[in-house]
Amino acid sequence: MANSKKVKKIQITTTINGQEMELLIPPYISLLETLREIVGITGTKEGCNDGNCGACTVTIDRRIVDSCLVLGAEIDGKNVETIEGMATPEGLHPLQQAFLEEAALQCGICTPGFLVASKNLLDKEPNPSEGRIRHWLAGNLCRCTGYDKIVKAVQKASENS
Amino acid sequence: MHPYNYYAPENINDALGLLEKFGSKARCLAGGTDILVQTRGGRFELDAIIDVKNIPELTKVEWTKDHLLVGSAVPCYVLYEDEKVTSQFPGIIDAASLIGGIQIQSRASLGGNLCNASPSADGICPLIVHNTICVIAGPKGSREISVDQFCVSPGKNVLDEGEFLVSLKIPLPNSGFGAAYERFIPRNEMDIAVAAVGSSVVVDGGKITNSKIALAAVGPTPIYAEKASEFLLGKDVSEDNLDQASQIAQDSCSPITDMRGDVEFRKHLIGVLTRRTLDLALERAGGN
Repeated sequence: MANSKKVKKIQITTTINGQEMELLIPPYISLLETLREIVGITGTKEGCNDGNCGACTVTIDRRIVDSCLVLGAEIDGKNVETIEGMATPEGLHPLQQAFLEEAALQCGICTPGFLVASKNLLDKEPNPSEGRIRHWLAGNLCRCTGYDKIVKAVQKASENS
Repeated sequence: MHPYNYYAPENINDALGLLEKFGSKARCLAGGTDILVQTRGGRFELDAIIDVKNIPELTKVEWTKDHLLVGSAVPCYVLYEDEKVTSQFPGIIDAASLIGGIQIQSRASLGGNLCNASPSADGICPLIVHNTICVIAGPKGSREISVDQFCVSPGKNVLDEGEFLVSLKIPLPNSGFGAAYERFIPRNEMDIAVAAVGSSVVVDGGKITNSKIALAAVGPTPIYAEKASEFLLGKDVSEDNLDQASQIAQDSCSPITDMRGDVEFRKHLIGVLTRRTLDLALERAGGN
């Protein structure tokens, strides 16, 4: 990294899971790296690191994005929500509960991404059809479950909320 | 990865200044769905990433008397969640709503899709068949070119060093205009076109008075299928004429064989998709 001396860290102010914070970050790292390595919250997972798998899904200003395809520098002034923002001290989010009850996970690496994406759908559309759920989650890949249990869990959470 | 600095200029002049300063060591960042992957993969060694999303001209959708002006960094979802854009430009929305998944559509823009100049880009054929004009800012002032001249080879576009794409100027549809875009992929979502076609028509009294057909993933860039388009001029809307135009499109493309499909399959797809998109364009034009 011959020219790394020329690269200056930048300061950003952002809100992550409702908590405002100031961060000093290298300008070339992704939002995913910012969350995991600078903020120290590791619920957001790295899968493919190129925008195919959706394991790193978070929301920025209530829209889902692949955090590997966003620079940390871009969240200055923005509102980011991750998997860490889903459960409350009182208990799991209904989606998390439904994923457990329906066994909608095996290895679990894709689960935070599926949960964040599913929550975003149900926040916008409380009663989506099965087709809508499958379409919405097309940007999230799971190599274990075959998807049916995930879709069932989202349907269950939708009925229970 | 080569480390780079991040800049977020708030107007076109400041962006031009940064592009001049860093030359080939700088790239613009819109949605980042291509550029960040390419940079990480070592395709460029950049000193500067210039985030253009704080420049008003690049992030707004504006209706003028004759055009829809779409800023080059406007994400796909902004277009398909806009009822007026959706009702006036269903042929553009066909593409904006199938590029990547929802996560990608939160960020990816038609302008970025165009600048990336992939032969299989979903966004480019619809822009071609809508006769879109590209508005480009550069050190010598701004210039406009037709979108079918924008891509020059795989991954290469017509922008000179120091220039960047500001907006897409899409003519408002006249009465009798219809357009559609369709691609073939082996999955249902989240895939790259094996072959794709965009078509537009203008119908007047049962005759096709104007038509444009554009093909993707069957040449080094998305291409305007001139022969097939011109064949339809002045023709009646008939099964035979539409089939003939589809056959001409199929015969005039020059695909390669790769892991996504071979030459024969891709040519066949172009014939089928040309006919399908012409049918849908005609339906949308109210002429069928």
